[in-house]
Formats: sequence, C-alpha cells, structure tokens
Amino acid sequence: MTDVPEMAAAPAGDPPGAAPAADAPTQWAAAYFDGYSTVGLLAVIGVLFLAVAFVCGRLLRPVVPTPEKLLTYECGVDPVGEGWAHTQVRYYVYAFLYVIFAVDSIFLFPWATVFAEPGFGGTTLVEMFVFLGFLTVGLLYAWKKGVLEWT
Amino acid sequence: MNDTLEVALRLLAVFAVFLVFPLFIGQAEHKVMAHMQGRLGPMYAGGFHGWAQLVADGVKFAQKEDVVPANADRRVFQLAPAVALLPYLLVLVAIPIGPDNAVGEVVDAGIFFVLAVMGVGVLGSLMAGSASANKFSLLGGLRTAAQLLAYELPMLLTAASVAMAAGTVSLPGMLDAFEWWWVPWQIVGGVLFFVAGLAELQRPPFDAPVADSEIIFGAYTEYTGLRFALFMLAEYAGIVVLSGLTAVLFLGGWHGPFAGELGWLWTLLKTLALAFVVIWLRATYPRLREDQLQKLAWTVLIPLALAQIALTGVVKVAIN
Repeated sequence: MTDVPEMAAAPAGDPPGAAPAADAPTQWAAAYFDGYSTVGLLAVIGVLFLAVAFVCGRLLRPVVPTPEKLLTYECGVDPVGEGWAHTQVRYYVYAFLYVIFAVDSIFLFPWATVFAEPGFGGTTLVEMFVFLGFLTVGLLYAWKKGVLEWT
Repeated sequence: MNDTLEVALRLLAVFAVFLVFPLFIGQAEHKVMAHMQGRLGPMYAGGFHGWAQLVADGVKFAQKEDVVPANADRRVFQLAPAVALLPYLLVLVAIPIGPDNAVGEVVDAGIFFVLAVMGVGVLGSLMAGSASANKFSLLGGLRTAAQLLAYELPMLLTAASVAMAAGTVSLPGMLDAFEWWWVPWQIVGGVLFFVAGLAELQRPPFDAPVADSEIIFGAYTEYTGLRFALFMLAEYAGIVVLSGLTAVLFLGGWHGPFAGELGWLWTLLKTLALAFVVIWLRATYPRLREDQLQKLAWTVLIPLALAQIALTGVVKVAIN
C-alpha cells in the first residue's frame, strides 16, 4: 500500500503563459496576507476607539487625588506589607503538562486538513492513534503520579 | 473603489456588532437573571422595562474618577483593559454569519487565528493582576493563569476535531462542508468547547478568579470608571464571541431552513440561545474551586476531547 499523495507530484498548476513559476509563490503569499491587512485595519480602528474613549474620559471625569484614595485597597484597613505578596503557586506542574500537551496538539491541525484525502486514509489514521496513544499514556502517567491532585 | 467601500462597510458592521451586542447580552442578563430569581431587574432607565440601564451605566462610568493606586505599575495598569478588550473585536471579523462570504473577512487559517487571538485577551487580566500591587488582584491573576492551563487544551482539541471533520481550518469552509448529522457526531466536543469557553471568560461556575466573597473582584479590584467598564465590556463581548463560535463550529452556523435568505437569522438565533445558556448557568450553578476546575479539566474534559478526536477520525475515514 503506497501512501504517496497525488498532490505532491503536481505543483505544476500554473496556466501556461502566466507569470514565471519562480514568481508564483510570491504572488500567493501576497494574496494570502491580503486578508490579514483587513484584520490589521480593524485592529487600528479598535486602538483608535480606545484612544478616543480614554481622551474623552479624561475630559469628562474629575481628578481629585488624595493620599487615602491612592492607597491600595485592602478591605478598608491600611494595607499590610508589600502589594506583591509571596504565595505558593500550587499548580506549576499543571503548567508543565499544559506546555507539553498544547505544543503537541498544535500538530493536529495541519494533519486534520489532509488525513481523509485520497491517498492517505487508513495508515494515516493509525498514525494518529499512535499519536493520541502517546498523549493518553502521558496523561495516565501524570494521573498515576498524583500530579493531577492539587490538594 | 468599490472594494474599498465594501471593506469599510464590513469593518463598520463588525465594529457595530462589537459595540451593540455586548450591551444587549448584558441587558438580557439583568432581566433573565432577575426573572429566574423572582425579581424584576432594572425597570426605570429609559422607561420601558429599564431598556437603557446599561447606557446609563456607561454614562456613569465615563464620569467617574480614574484612580490609579500609588503603588501600582502605572503604565501596565492603564493598558490592561485595552489588552483585554481588543482581541474580542479582532475575533469577530472572522466569524461567518451567513452563506456566500457573509463574514467580516475570510481568514484562511480561521480557527487557528480565532483561538490564538482569543488567548491574548487573558493577558489583560494577568497584567491587571500583577500591576495593581494589591494582594487580592495578585491572587485573582494567579487564579486566571491557573484557569488558562485548564481550559485551553480542551478548546484546542475539540476545535481540531471539527477541523478534521471538515478537512479545513477556515471557518466559512467548515460551514460549507457542514451536514446536519455533524451535530450529534460532534456533540461531546461542542459541550467541551462551550464549558472550556466559560472558563476562559471567567463566567460562573468558573468565576473563582473574580470570586467576590473571597478576593473582592480579583484582578479588577483596583479599577474604577472607564477602565473598569472596558473590562466589563470585554466579558460580554467574550460571551458574544464564545456563543457565536460554538454556534458556527458545532451547531452549523447559518444552516437551517431557508438558509439562502435567512442564514444570518439562524446564526443570530443560535448565538442568542447559547448566550441565554451562559446566563442561565450563572443563575444555576455554584462556583468551582480552582483545584476542582483543574481536576475537571485534566481528568474529564481532556480525556473526553481525545476520545472525540478518535471518534471523528474513525468516522471520517470510514465514510470516505
């Protein structure tokens, strides 16, 4: 059973007489990022909106600071110690797990778009189960080790 | 010239949705929760059943003094609400509301773009938590970070499941490929995605980062006036985005009877129904502790999400 996809052999989709093949990737990239320029434009609109809101807010609101008002809020009594307190981060092991799993799961997306195409099929699916198996074993190991218990 | 006009109109529409829908959802929350609890909710502002309550709130917030605590990291503190709010505006541009490219902009890597940009919003809460120089804010920020570790993975995995079913990562492309039986096929993934999204928005029952009875208002404790209002707007814009995305990914978006003419109406109805569920859950469930959420995520949501991916893969290859 050969799993070589047909599409790998057929990058020659350029119409004859069009731009030379060397230019084609550049054009694709330009067309591809065209959509994101609209997104960028929306980001500019959003930033402008916030800037206008902040400026208008400055014009509308009163500014009467007093030392008491600028004090850190701590239930109405004077704050104790520093604002940046020491605390135990109990979930740092989850953070390690998360980083490992999240990076792994990103690989699913490119695979997801092609795995059912003609030429892939069964073998690719088995590969995915091997991949999922690795993730599951990792999760079970962490579970068994008691990492998934906070308290 | 025509292209420029069209892009401008689309962006204007997205911006209008971003400004109006969160207010609508917020007002609905006031009224729905009130009636679920045997109250009337706001009745005076605007005359008819208090419809202008949130407009009045906005006017009030804009006039309030903007206090930055003396000990705070001033620049970061002031910037945090903008970082929390903007990502939801950007995500709206990629959510399709009808057939034939009725979408702000066809983003080729749609689902990828949406999940990546939504993740940025959490940075706003983390910035607020660390810059406030307040112990409650710091605890709230840490809880937000913990929550991030819990929900992000189920969200990614279930979104990948839909991408597998459709064979594309573009949101309009997913809807073009949609068939009605995808709803039962992907239902587990849909529930997981929605639950994980609730945790991202810090909505009840996953509102430990802003638990008022424990840490006042978490990362937003020190905020006043306009900046506080922007955090609130971010929360409700988040509800719109989450409901819209769940509707598009798992409920078929614009698909329904007369989808050709009424596609936008189906998207709207599905989104509003999901937003209603978000409000309903707030009035129904008690808060989960942070460790309970971690346990739920790692021992229930993630294994179920992996199972959903396996199911999607097998069915997809079987029908091809």
